[in-house]
Amino acid sequence: MYHKSDVVVVGAGGAGLMAALELAGKADVAVLSKVYPTRSHTGTAQGGVCAALGNMEEDHWEWHSFDTVKGGDYLCDQDAVDVLCQTAIDNIYHLEHLGLPFNRTPDGLIAQRFFGGHTKDYGKAPVHRACYAADRTGHMILQTLYQNCIRQNVRFYDEYHLLDLIINDGVCQGVVALELRTGEIHTFHAPAVLFATGGYGRVYKITSNALTYTGDGVAIAIRHGVPIEDPEFFQFHPTGIYKMGILVTEGARGEGGVLRNRTGERFMERYAPTLLDLAPRDMISRDIYLEVREGRGIDGKDYVHLDLTQLDPAVVHEKLPDITDFVETYLGIDPTKQMIPVQPTAHYAMGGIPTDVDGRVVVDEKNTPLPGFYAAGECACVSVHGANRLGTNSLLDITVFGQRSARHILRFLKEGQHLPLPPEADGPARAEVSRVLSSTGEEKVAVLRAELQQCMDDNAGVMRDAEKLRTARSKLVELRERFTHIGIQDRGLTYNTDLTEALETGNLLDIAETIVLGALNREESRGGHYREDFPKRDDAHFLKHTLIKRVDGKLSLGYKPVVITRFQPKERTY
Amino acid sequence: MKVELSIKRFDPDQDEASHTEVYGVEIEPTDRVLDALNQVKWYQDGTLTYRRSCAHGICGSDAMRINGLNRLACKTLIKELGSKISIEPLLGFTVIKDLMVDFDHFFDLYKSVKPYLINYDPTPAKERLQSPEQREAFDDTTKCILCAACTTSCPPFWSDPNFVGPAALVNAHRFIFDSRDQGGAERLEILNGREGVWRCRTVFNCTQACPRDIKITKAIEQIKRLVLFNRV
Repeated sequence: MYHKSDVVVVGAGGAGLMAALELAGKADVAVLSKVYPTRSHTGTAQGGVCAALGNMEEDHWEWHSFDTVKGGDYLCDQDAVDVLCQTAIDNIYHLEHLGLPFNRTPDGLIAQRFFGGHTKDYGKAPVHRACYAADRTGHMILQTLYQNCIRQNVRFYDEYHLLDLIINDGVCQGVVALELRTGEIHTFHAPAVLFATGGYGRVYKITSNALTYTGDGVAIAIRHGVPIEDPEFFQFHPTGIYKMGILVTEGARGEGGVLRNRTGERFMERYAPTLLDLAPRDMISRDIYLEVREGRGIDGKDYVHLDLTQLDPAVVHEKLPDITDFVETYLGIDPTKQMIPVQPTAHYAMGGIPTDVDGRVVVDEKNTPLPGFYAAGECACVSVHGANRLGTNSLLDITVFGQRSARHILRFLKEGQHLPLPPEADGPARAEVSRVLSSTGEEKVAVLRAELQQCMDDNAGVMRDAEKLRTARSKLVELRERFTHIGIQDRGLTYNTDLTEALETGNLLDIAETIVLGALNREESRGGHYREDFPKRDDAHFLKHTLIKRVDGKLSLGYKPVVITRFQPKERTY
Repeated sequence: MKVELSIKRFDPDQDEASHTEVYGVEIEPTDRVLDALNQVKWYQDGTLTYRRSCAHGICGSDAMRINGLNRLACKTLIKELGSKISIEPLLGFTVIKDLMVDFDHFFDLYKSVKPYLINYDPTPAKERLQSPEQREAFDDTTKCILCAACTTSCPPFWSDPNFVGPAALVNAHRFIFDSRDQGGAERLEILNGREGVWRCRTVFNCTQACPRDIKITKAIEQIKRLVLFNRV
């Protein structure tokens, strides 16, 4: 079926909904999502969203900017970081006006709490900056934005799976999507397309990410020759529930929780004497790895303890109810009495589709925009997170850049118009779907996916080196070859999730290759990317963004300078 | 441990009526029912169809009837159920395929109670004030993930699919009791109607079914009392 609108937003998490809300009533918008909007992964974010409101103590957005840049190990574009941190304040008020039920101070203001890497006066001590709704801040953002979209009669296409992007003569013209319920393939013709398709944490085995988090938008952009920026920077959150990867918010440490090794030692005292357990995530994840390697994991195994037992049980129940529930459900543990077994869990892609501060996708080192194509949220790389994202800045990113993308789209629409679609714009998507639907090979998608995830955990995780990464590279070549021999069982049209899982696995493979190439090439350690064979940051050679592009089926590597304004790179200690 | 899953199946492209298929899986007692379903789908029968996403009880995708009760497959551990597990789609919604039911009607019911903050005052420069006590008054109902476990366990809803149902009432409560909201009267007008709050027979199934432990019946009773005694 053919549809025509001014804008197509793909993805209905925080970034997509924020954009849709901003566009509602001003342009004709179609919002596509492969799940019902309220199922989106934004809903799993727990701890908070930062803005220098100063409700609890003195704070300034410039301090927030500094923390973000330092947290990102100086790979952030500082002009974009300023936009993020300055806009944050108005954005939080905007969310409150939309109905978001933040926790409150006794005076009725939005309450704020400590969060990792957020400090006062350029690193002197932790600051209360994270605005929160218990430990379900993402859930409340998602619900609030969806509710307001309902009120504005936003047109949703629920359970539509993105298949392709239509780019013709260097201009973006729409997307092709599969209606899951019927198996019908739809073409959405629009002069402006916003990808808000989320991250790709399912490339790893131990992850906090949803099963649907398979980087569909990013992979499709790569297939169209759009670069991926900084894919080697992937964040491992230090406190995932052991073996399951389910997130235990940093807010737990913000409220006073501490990490302990097998001897009961609060080991972060040795690694980050000032911020302790509130050091940035990349550092704590590495420190946990080192503790484990030196035999100080619990029972000699690969995990440590998160200790909330010294907190007031009322605080745990009031401010951390969801994680209390998770820990009780999945581990049978009362966190006010017993310690929680945790290990690093793949959590967030700092890299993604390169954009400018208005969400425009930019395709080269000169930041040349691809007309009509926008991206926001985790699928995008602005870059405000640099080499390591600070906690809470993801929720900020989606709201700030979701909104800014929409505002730029409105300006763009004054000139942009519907150019005629190329003939058979949906041809490649149809061919791909029929190829998978009729596949009868001997390889099982789930087996290949599991091997991919294991390979990425083993070789492209918290600790990397050239040997591991070369192993990963060869394995990926093998998996890609085997992927051409898959066979699926479901041949039907109605909700064929056998088909969509195969498409998603193909997307993960495309992205994994770029992660490994970026990591192999970056012979230094910075933020979330740690090379044991190159343990130091190397600003002389690598203070630059990676751009990886697929040209004629082969990956090619390029770079782009980092925008540095006020904060010159310094050694990063906490 | 070895577990036998009896799953109610229906393929609209092939079947006239639903049937049950039995699968054996080897699984840990601490694994989730969702892990068992994934094992079947990934390694035995790729045609098995169900919704899932976050896998830890937040996205609300995988509510289903497990051993006769509505639960989230990702929040129910095998050890709670034993070695024989029956899985069926939610009751009261149209089954489209296997465990996939039609949610469109459910979301329409949700939308009918105006689930958004209504406030006619000029927007202030900073936040609207709200005391911690005022915030606490509706905290419980903000937890709803719209999984529909409550509505599809509700006998009055089974007999009258136009009844707004517990999930919509929970979301109406979330706004009616929010001190910043000024839409209470419009919502109560809707809820005092034929398909509103009075269809509730206080069965408590909803409260039992809620995977978020929301005290749903209590919230509904608060709405009823507001309609009867203190119409705003």
